[in-house]
Amino acid sequence: MTQISPIFKREFFGYFRSPVAYVFLVVFSVASIGLAFFVGGFFKANQATMQSYFTFYPWLFLFLIPAAGMRLWSEEKRTGTVELLFTLPITTLEAVLGKFLAAWAFLTLAILLSLPLAGTVAYLGSPDWGVIASTYFGGVLMAGSYLGVCSLTSALTKNQVISFVISVVACLGLLFLGWSVFSEVLGSIFPVWLVDLLSNFSFITHFDAFTKGIIDPKDVVFFLSLMGFTLFLNVVALER
Amino acid sequence: MIEVKGLVKTYGPKRAVNGVSFRVNRGDILGFLGPNGAGKSTTMKMITGFLRPDSGTATVDGIDVTVDPVAVKGKLGYLPESAPAYPEMTVEEFLGFIAEVRGFRSATARGAQVDRAIGLTHLSPVRKQTIETLSKGFKQRVGFAQALLHDPGVLVLDEPTDGLDPNQKNEVRSLIKAMAVDKAVILSTHILEEVDAICNRVIIISQGKVVADETPASLHARKPGARLDEIFRTLTASDV
Repeated sequence: MTQISPIFKREFFGYFRSPVAYVFLVVFSVASIGLAFFVGGFFKANQATMQSYFTFYPWLFLFLIPAAGMRLWSEEKRTGTVELLFTLPITTLEAVLGKFLAAWAFLTLAILLSLPLAGTVAYLGSPDWGVIASTYFGGVLMAGSYLGVCSLTSALTKNQVISFVISVVACLGLLFLGWSVFSEVLGSIFPVWLVDLLSNFSFITHFDAFTKGIIDPKDVVFFLSLMGFTLFLNVVALER
Repeated sequence: MIEVKGLVKTYGPKRAVNGVSFRVNRGDILGFLGPNGAGKSTTMKMITGFLRPDSGTATVDGIDVTVDPVAVKGKLGYLPESAPAYPEMTVEEFLGFIAEVRGFRSATARGAQVDRAIGLTHLSPVRKQTIETLSKGFKQRVGFAQALLHDPGVLVLDEPTDGLDPNQKNEVRSLIKAMAVDKAVILSTHILEEVDAICNRVIIISQGKVVADETPASLHARKPGARLDEIFRTLTASDV
């Protein structure tokens, strides 16, 4: 497992060797804060919370995380560096974890760039720091789950566009299951227990609790096991 | 030092490698010849542990690549075809990364290893340049530097002189010759003159099978007075 660290470092700093990192961080910040200001009514709500900022996270992640994750493996496959990587003395699991953790750390950085917004909230009122902290924690966990899905789809193809599209569709599925509008449609067809069961597989259902300041072990376990499952499949897909 | 026994690899209906066996000892430079698509690269990818053989084994220093691929990869230096490398990294960064994965963890050990490889392959004029800006000859040398960075006992080189100009070819050949004294080297090529220039053994492979395994001299003796490419054509006549 000591081999994870060089892979992690190369991947993480790799974002900053190209314009990818800067474009992504700027777009992420502008989009997330723009949504909070202009759609979420950040000031109009007149409340010292970051609710209007975080409420768009599941939707924002839907497009931005596949954009960050699509290159993870498909680029290695396209340029042939995958052959270089897998003839170095590392296991597939180490490579998958190293790259995944680097991308996750990068996304965490993007999320943490919104901290000045928390500062603004604190300047204007007295927010509940517990809720803000738990929401950040949930946001980072949810980002990891999205990324797990994207890393997996990226390992299936050497075409980044295909990788992006499949990631978005897969994440959309996981998102829709818990979206109230979609649940109502499902509810008119299927029995309630089935709808509840399906919505248990959704990002939104599990992220909601974090935004209310509740860190429920079952939500943490959901996100972690989704990551574990997708990364396991990722290793299988690469060793195939 | 390399022992290959009955390697088989099938892609769909096509048997790319069909029971290839040979042995390479320390001090040997083995020229691996064959028409395009005869199975040269596939065989090399199986020896280096990038592809898993359908049956058969390859052992390096007595370690079976199908049993302990990571240990074998640690002993090998491998130059994949067209020398893939991470284009956004500088030569120094890239070699530093390889050194770190190869177990040179302290900055001084890493620096020494990188300097040595850069010196051997004459890369010092471009060491601060990103790999994507390099000419083909320099890129090939970066691939070389990467393969011999940890001074491995076994070198596997897939078309090391492909796409180089005559001067560069000459230089690469003398480099291989100089290094091979205490190493086992396999190099694939379809340039026949290369065999006479550096190899002390030749294997010709056609349609996934070894059709000749001898010294360049005895290959010439098969048809006295004939040019090497005539002999090659006769041996690989079935492979069109």
